[in-house]
Amino acid sequence: MIGIVDYGMGNLFSVSKGLERLGADSFISDDPEELSEATGIILPGVGSFRDAMSLLKKQGLDGFLQRYAAGGGYILGICLGMQLLFDESEENGPARGLSLIPGKIIRFQGIDASGDVYKVPHMGWNRLEFKHASPVTAGLEADHVYFVHSYYADTDDAYIAASTTYAVEVPAIVAKGNVLGMQFHPEKSGQMGMSLLRNYLSLVEGKEKS
Amino acid sequence: MLTKRIIPCLDVKDGRVVKGIQFVSLRDAGDPVELAAFYDQEGADELVFLDISASHEGRETMVDVVQAVAGSLAIPFTVGGGINSLSDMRRILRAGADKVSLNTAAVLRPDLINEGSDYFGAQCIVVAIDARYDEGLGSWRVYTHGGRKPTEWEVIDWAQEAVSRGAGEILLTSMDCDGEKQGFNIALTKAVSEAVSVPVIASGGAGNAGHFREAFEEGKADAALAASIFHYKETSVKEVKAFLKQQGVVVR
Repeated sequence: MIGIVDYGMGNLFSVSKGLERLGADSFISDDPEELSEATGIILPGVGSFRDAMSLLKKQGLDGFLQRYAAGGGYILGICLGMQLLFDESEENGPARGLSLIPGKIIRFQGIDASGDVYKVPHMGWNRLEFKHASPVTAGLEADHVYFVHSYYADTDDAYIAASTTYAVEVPAIVAKGNVLGMQFHPEKSGQMGMSLLRNYLSLVEGKEKS
Repeated sequence: MLTKRIIPCLDVKDGRVVKGIQFVSLRDAGDPVELAAFYDQEGADELVFLDISASHEGRETMVDVVQAVAGSLAIPFTVGGGINSLSDMRRILRAGADKVSLNTAAVLRPDLINEGSDYFGAQCIVVAIDARYDEGLGSWRVYTHGGRKPTEWEVIDWAQEAVSRGAGEILLTSMDCDGEKQGFNIALTKAVSEAVSVPVIASGGAGNAGHFREAFEEGKADAALAASIFHYKETSVKEVKAFLKQQGVVVR
């Protein structure tokens, strides 16, 4: 049973419906106790980093997520949920994140190395490029997925399972052991997104059985 | 590389898709869920649902439509029409829509853009602009109320104002070109696209696949929206994308 973290900012319905399409059971909760029963966690999110962190803190969810990860439980952060996994973000002034993956969240500059301006947010379908082998991308061929974001992760190559290019190299799938993140919206990324979610569910099930 | 998006637009009234849908292959051409699935399979990158219900009941029904569509659709969709408040936005987004589109309400009370953007994030807030060329103004004037009421706004001023208030995307409809099928308004699209930092969706005037190429290459649009040519099967999303690919436009 996948626990979807509700801190008032995620698009929970589309994530839970995405899981439903894959035949996975899930529940939505803002209660750390309830969520601790989940076999895997999804941390969705749209909105601002600072607001999200303060809402997580208010409900004691920040500590819960840190304990859950330390206990070996799988966590998948999606979009802003992925960004929250990192140390800090420069969105609206520096704000601390969950520090589950080293790195920080920075804004697209809107002007590239050769001085050409580009649009922010990075919005639309962009192609993944698989980097380090990861169970999340196992057996899949890289395809387009749907991104909507103005900030991206500045992190070590070691944690980048897939990236895309939008003026700069943008980490698209990040992984550090049992902590995973997708900058795009897998639940809105057609077949490719569904396959990635399915792989995440397999990971969770694998852990459940072992 | 970021691809150019093709977006079919569906008008919804009292929970049903209306206005010129000709799909013999579908069991029920008015069912939003069935049509959404059809366009998804065709390779649409996104969908827009425009709620044209006049009554309160019709608007309530729209929330059910959004839930049903979100339950079956694995691509993003935007809902516009009659969204006047933060609580309207909340209901539509919580029901599963990815973005809301604001038009008249944003012109009447521009703070609505700030409120929505601050709360849900700029990526959720699309500002739809209906514009018509105005000789006196020497530019395009913004209209509200479904194109019935002229405003004081010049289109670029309003687009920039909307973006500065937190619009994450501009859905730009040329009233001059809408329904004519002679192509998108390239001059208008280019002017707005180059004036704002956020993506611009060109709308109004699509008649064939070549028009999409023009909107992207000459109009600098990031996405292009069409209704009737897809509904009437004059062309299909699949055909348009195959043509664009052949012309070197990057599509999914």
